[in-house]
Amino acid sequence: MHDHYHQHEAMMSGMAVFEAFILVLAATVAILYVCAAVRSGRRSKPWPPYRIVFWLLGAACAAAVFAGPLAERAHSDFTAHMLGHLLLGMLAPLLLALAAPMRLLLRTLNVRHARKLSHLLKSRVARFYSHPLTASTLNIGGLAVLYTTPLFTWMHEYFWLYVLVHVHVFAAGYLFTISLIYIDPVAHRVPFKKRAIVLILALGGHKVLSKWIYAHPPAGVARAEAESGAMLMYYGGDVIDAALIALLCWQWYRAARPGRAELAALPKG
Amino acid sequence: MNGNRKKYASRNLWSGVLFGIGLMAFVDEVVFHQLLQWHHFYDLSTTTVGVFSDGLLNAFAWFAAIGSLFIFADLRRRHALWMMKWGSGVLMGAGGFQLFDGLINHKLLRVHQIRYGVDLLPYDLAWNIGAAVFLIAGFMLWRRTAKRGGQSDA
Repeated sequence: MHDHYHQHEAMMSGMAVFEAFILVLAATVAILYVCAAVRSGRRSKPWPPYRIVFWLLGAACAAAVFAGPLAERAHSDFTAHMLGHLLLGMLAPLLLALAAPMRLLLRTLNVRHARKLSHLLKSRVARFYSHPLTASTLNIGGLAVLYTTPLFTWMHEYFWLYVLVHVHVFAAGYLFTISLIYIDPVAHRVPFKKRAIVLILALGGHKVLSKWIYAHPPAGVARAEAESGAMLMYYGGDVIDAALIALLCWQWYRAARPGRAELAALPKG
Repeated sequence: MNGNRKKYASRNLWSGVLFGIGLMAFVDEVVFHQLLQWHHFYDLSTTTVGVFSDGLLNAFAWFAAIGSLFIFADLRRRHALWMMKWGSGVLMGAGGFQLFDGLINHKLLRVHQIRYGVDLLPYDLAWNIGAAVFLIAGFMLWRRTAKRGGQSDA
């Protein structure tokens, strides 16, 4: 009992430090991005303002999961936890990906560093992790481990596990998004059809997992809470997935545009 | 205007089928799950296979609903839209989805039932006969477009 109390205390004090760290981190990446956008906009073509908006919104979404009222409630309220999951693992990654940070970085760096970076992006390791199959397995597989094993309970007891799980959810979500939607320069393109199939499988996995949570509440979560959390995961996931699907299809639509010669050859009949 | 439609006949059909599947899944969700609240999110008697098949089917339908509209737009810009062919696909896709949902999901895998606390037989009959009507109407429309070879209709 005594140990438990100390553990709880350690968790809480760690959390306060972590909260501050996240806020500083979010503010730093936001400022760095804006500076890079202004700088590279002066040197060459202006950087699109909507990308800056996406970046700031994305950073805010991710930070809201760790600091503020949502973070507070997420420790005791499963529905709030699930809203955090949607923000950190799905919405923030999508918004940040739409901001094309790698493109901006390559534009801002000097030639030597930019070359090094693009070399890194073409490496075998990058190729492996940015493949849609790897990224979806890390994303959906990670969630499956979190919600079907005692990891969910441990996460609330050990501070380092809390950090690890949340970093994983965000990183896997971001990797998943950029493995399917090509906003930044991509070294190893996977054909549209393959990406579509992987997206459908991952989407299906997300739905299956949310029904599993509905039927098997994680330890310490009341049934009614698990049910509303699971339904939020299911339908909230649908909304963000619809955006992913539309972006993927829109990219196909642009790539499959008939050429001028092809259009001219069409009978207008 | 649509001089290319013969060349893209099968793309018209498949775009329609995908849209029909997506449309029916959407109607199912909005009308039966949300508005009437007859269907349950999960009635806990579902087999594991049922949960997986339902999840995958719905994910596919969600993709189909959105993707098919992009194909529709693609057909238009290629001057290849063939409304009757596309419509026959919509009917067949919608009917096929509903029949699959009614027979495989509801009955075989017991994902959930149409309604709870009532005699199911009339509901199941109406559901599946309705599905068959869509399917047959779509098929007949498709036969017409196949026979005409697209000479006069819009």
